[in-house]
Parts: sequence; C-alpha cells; structure tokens
Amino acid sequence: MIQNREKFLEKIATSLNRPFSPTQKPVRNWQHKPEEKKLSHLSIDELMSAFVEQCGRLNNTNVVEVSSGDVKKAVDEAVKQHGGESVALWNDERFRALGLDELYENEWADEGLRVHVWDSNLSRTENFERTNDSNIGIVFAEYALAESGTVVLYSAEGQGKAVGLLPNAFIAIVKKSTLRPRITQAVKEMEREFVEAGKTLPAAVDFVSGPSNSADIEMDLVVGVHGPIYATYIVVSDQ
Amino acid sequence: MAIKYNDNAFKDNVNTNLERDFMRGAVTSAQNRLHGGRLKAVDELGDWEEWRKHGEEIRQHVLDNLDYYLYELSENVEKAGGHVFFAQTPEEANAYIQSVVQKQQATRVLKSKSMVTEEISLNEALEEIGCTVLETDLGEYILQLDDHDKPSHIVAPSVHKNRFQIKEVFVKKLGYPEDGSADAKDLARFVRTILRDDYMQAEVGITGCNFAIADSGSISLVTNEGNAGLVTTIPKTQIAVMGMERIVPSLEEMEVLVNMLTRSAVGQKLTSYVNVITGPKRAEDVDGPEEFHLVILDNGRSDILAGEFKSVLQCIRCAACVNVCPVYRHIGGHSYNSIYSGPIGAVLTPLLAGYDDFKELPYASSLCGACTDACPVKIPLHELLLKHRQVIVEKEGRAPVSEGLMMKGFSVGASNSTLFNVGTKIAAAVMKPLSKDQMISKGVGPLKDWTDIRDFPIVEREKLRDWFDKREKKGGK
Repeated sequence: MIQNREKFLEKIATSLNRPFSPTQKPVRNWQHKPEEKKLSHLSIDELMSAFVEQCGRLNNTNVVEVSSGDVKKAVDEAVKQHGGESVALWNDERFRALGLDELYENEWADEGLRVHVWDSNLSRTENFERTNDSNIGIVFAEYALAESGTVVLYSAEGQGKAVGLLPNAFIAIVKKSTLRPRITQAVKEMEREFVEAGKTLPAAVDFVSGPSNSADIEMDLVVGVHGPIYATYIVVSDQ
Repeated sequence: MAIKYNDNAFKDNVNTNLERDFMRGAVTSAQNRLHGGRLKAVDELGDWEEWRKHGEEIRQHVLDNLDYYLYELSENVEKAGGHVFFAQTPEEANAYIQSVVQKQQATRVLKSKSMVTEEISLNEALEEIGCTVLETDLGEYILQLDDHDKPSHIVAPSVHKNRFQIKEVFVKKLGYPEDGSADAKDLARFVRTILRDDYMQAEVGITGCNFAIADSGSISLVTNEGNAGLVTTIPKTQIAVMGMERIVPSLEEMEVLVNMLTRSAVGQKLTSYVNVITGPKRAEDVDGPEEFHLVILDNGRSDILAGEFKSVLQCIRCAACVNVCPVYRHIGGHSYNSIYSGPIGAVLTPLLAGYDDFKELPYASSLCGACTDACPVKIPLHELLLKHRQVIVEKEGRAPVSEGLMMKGFSVGASNSTLFNVGTKIAAAVMKPLSKDQMISKGVGPLKDWTDIRDFPIVEREKLRDWFDKREKKGGK
C-alpha cells in the first residue's frame, strides 16, 4: 500500500516550479565517471593479489585460494582453526557440488561437532536459536570485490542471513571467476540481471567486508561487536 | 529526542562545554583520527576532485527530479511487497509507525542508528504506547543507557565520553563487575553478549536509510557493527524511515555515494556491512522481515528545496565537515544544541527548527571554508552560513551582532563581548592545526588564496584585551 503520495509529490513539484508528472524518466547524463576507471585494467591474478592485500588490511580476515578438489579440506581446516565445536551453514547445492556434504552430513558429526543446516521446514525461531548456538557459519558468496576485500551475499531459500551474522566466525566460499575490481562492476551486473530484466532483487543483498567492528569507545577499534569476530574467505581458483 | 537538546542560551552551552577538558581532548583526537583516515582513503582513491564533481552532479540531479524518483521508489517498494507512507510532519510519521507496531501487538523494538528518527522523536513516541526501544549502535546504546545522554557527533555519537565513564555506566546499569576492565574490547564484548538476547526477542526492527534506490525499490544501510544486519534479519516487522532527499536513481549511484560516504566518514574503502534491502522476505526465505514499511519524511525539506539553501539537501551525512571544523573542535558537538552538529548542523538546524532557537549557529564559524573543501558532494557550507547571516539581518532583522560591522565583513563578534570573548579564546586553538613555526603556510578556504602566495601569521596566544589589561595594571608600560 502507498499512502499520501500525490499531495506529497505535488508539494515537491511546486518547490521545483513545475507540475508533477511521473511519466517522464529523467535522463542521467553524467559528466564524470571516476568509478569505472579504478582497478579496471587489472588481470584476474592481479585482482586476486589486490583482494588478498586488502583482506590483510581488514581485521581478523583470512584468505585461502584452493582448487575445487581441495575446498573440502580447506573448509575443514578453517573450521578447526576457528575452534570447531559447532557449525551452521546454508542449505546450498553449491556446497554439495564441492563435496562438502561429506563433511556436514558425516565426518563432523563423527568428530563430535554439532551441525545445523538452515532448514525451511523449521520455524524462524528454531533456525535462529540453532544458528546463534553455533560457533561458525558457512555461506557462499555471489561475488568477491578486490578493492574493498568484500564478499557479496544474497538471501534466498536455504540461504538464511543469520548464518553470516550470529556465529563468532564466518566462512565465505567464493568462485574466483566472480572476483570483480570493485563494487562498481558487481552492481552493474545486478542492474542488468534483475532491474533491467524486470525482476526484483533478492530481499537482502549484503556487501560484507570482514568481521563486524566498532570504534565507538574512545575511537579504539574493537573487532567483533554485534556480528562475527573472525572471517575466512575460501576462493575456488578453477571456478 | 527532537532536534533541540535544551533551552539554554548558545553562549551558556558553549561556556559549559569549554570547561569540559576531557571532552575537548577526545573531540580533538577523534577529529584528527577521522580526518587523517579520510585523507588517506581519499588519496588512495585518486582523482578525488573528479569523484566530488560526480557526487555533486548525482545529488543535484536527484534533487532536481526528486518527485519522479520518489514516485519510482514507492512503485517499486510496493512491487516488492512493501508499504510506503509519505509523511509531511513528524507527527504523521510517528502516528503511522505507532499504528504499525500496535497492529503487531509488539512491544520490543530494536533500532539501528538513524538521525531522522532522532529528528522526529520516534523513541519517545514508541515509549508512549508502551514499547521498550533499544538502540543497538554501540555509541547510541551507551548514550541511551546513560539516562539518554545526547549524541555529540553525527558518526561517533558518544565521542565525548571516555572508557572509564562508559565502564561506570555499565556497572550501574548492566551489572558489569566493578573490578572489570575498562578496555574498549572488553566493554564492547560485554555488550555483544547482553544484546544477543534482545536481538533474539525483538519484534520490530527500525532503521534509517543511507540511500534509497529508486529503480529497484531498495534501501541501503551502511554500518560497521553488523547491527543493521541483525535488526533487518530477526524481527518480523521492519520499518525504515528516510528523509525524502536520501535517494539515488539506481544501484550504480548508490555505489558511488556509499564509497564517498565511507571514505569521508571513517576513512574506509567500504564499511564492514552495506546492506541492500528490497521489500519483505520472499515466501521461501526463512529470515528477514515478514512486513516491510518505508516512511518518507518531508518535515520542512520541500521548503528548503524551493529556496536558496537547496544545496544543503545534497548532504550524505558523512561528517567530514565536522571533522575539519576548528570551531567544533573547540566547543564540541553539544554546544550546537542539536542532533546535527558542526558546520552541517549550523546550516541545517536553523532550516529545520527555525531561527528562534538557533540564530547564533551560523555565527559559530570562522568562515575558514575547511568544511566546504572537505565536503564530498561540494556543498558550499561556509557560503550557506554567510547566507544565513544575511537572512537573519535583512529579513529577520535580528542579528546577534551589529549589522554595520558585519556588512563590512569585519570579524563576527567584535561588537559583542560574549561572542568576542569566545572567539578570541578559541582563535589560537583554531589556527593551531594549520600552523608551523608561528606561521600558517597552508591555509584553507578564503585563507588559502593568501597563503598560496605568502605565509599568514598565527593568532597570538595572549589576547589583546588581556595584554591591554596587564599593561594598564603596570601603569601603561
């Protein structure tokens, strides 16, 4: 429902000295486009170096680059490095395609780790509680952004936002082929894929750069405020 | 909280704050740090002037076509399954939000940092109908716990408190152990644990909006703490409140302005979280809000749009102007007696809340122009301050200083002993960041034209009136 729109917009039009007419889309004719130049000349390997370098500047953020055959081992190692105990993860075909189901369906349980796979059949409260009780959350990113050390997460069925937010550490897996120079290229692709195609964006598109932090107490940087304290990005080199 | 903090006269607020030594030291070091971070981030970006021009052209284009973009936004929010409420006044906005909350029979409300909800006193409106309203931004949370202390900086609201004062608040209000550490890390982790339960039980999440995106019907939220992510994930109902000018045509302009915002505000390439939210959760999603409401507020902005202060609506709330302002540095955020402090506050507050209570603010400036130079979207802040003075004198006929002297361009407060004293007390401190070897070689704003050619002597530490008094006492020697 939209309420009080006409009167509100007519007042604005009056302030702008013209009648209100919502039919004509304004033409954007930018004289400057500095964002398109930044890092856009780099090769994929140079972008990877820039990504790794930037993640080094973020706090508590590790990057591991492995081929698809080694992702399972890398995820297992990252889980152990973050202290193991309990893992929450998306219910995501992309994990199965990388053979991670062996970990979360068998091996981790055998080792005594608690596992919660995001479950559409459970209530939101149950999903929140199990995720909140997990030490580590594992998600799959749509893009990695070199300049800012960012991973881009979409909400969807099986892809609960809480998994990247509530646990102490989060692990994001991302394909190297989705590495972009900066946020500029990623949002351009989203405009094409969703807006121009007449589709609605996912309910949440989250650009996440390392763990949560705050400098609200005496400008002293603290890592891990409301969200995670640690992050590991696993880049799949041959995908 | 409304825009205005208290009923004291401007000079009394300034004098009170001039005596708060810790606050002034904290403000100075916060300014240095934020300003230093900004310079580094801007330098790394390269072509900063081109970015500024781009930021300016985006913001001006949006203001010139604001009716269209708000129309497009509302259409697309509705298409995504959300509700849009256009509110002329704070009362209309609050009444709508109250009705949404009451319909859910909800009482537990969680907020992430939002200036516009401060502007309309939303917390008080929700408390009136029996809600508990919890601020989740760490700085705002601290202020709320400390019997609703007021924010003193747009980006770092609790910058005037030290960690020992914060620990004391936690001991008193949260049962933090008295012999516990006063380390920022320990204090923050303590809050992390305590707030988790509140997140898990929250029924309504309220956020501001850094930029709404017209063509996708989204809002974007820029945070480091991850609180906006949780506030838009766990509660079943989400309400976002935006000033009507906080909008861009598409994700592409959102990206440009978010980059300029995070670099200008905190010196980061991007903050840890930039959340783009489009409507309520989809049927197949488990988390995210089941209901999404967007409240778009005018509250005097359409009048600003029609007038000579239009460019102030370009503001993206980065506080870069606050972080370079020599007057803010000295008198602190609370002296502005408004949720909007520093140069942007001195321009915006009188426009939103009138000259009656805020006619002194445009004079709380040395007109050095550092704010204008720092603004990422090129708002001519010091020119707008001068324009305010002109309006106050010519149209309102109530300048706090003599018109004649001011029209000659003579320094503001020379004829007014209070302003003169404040001004001369702070002059040396104001010049300090610019000076080296008792001379200024790199001035800013209007002073820059002079110092490009020659050095400018810094203000003497001893005030002329003090020197004169001493000389009199010594019998004129």
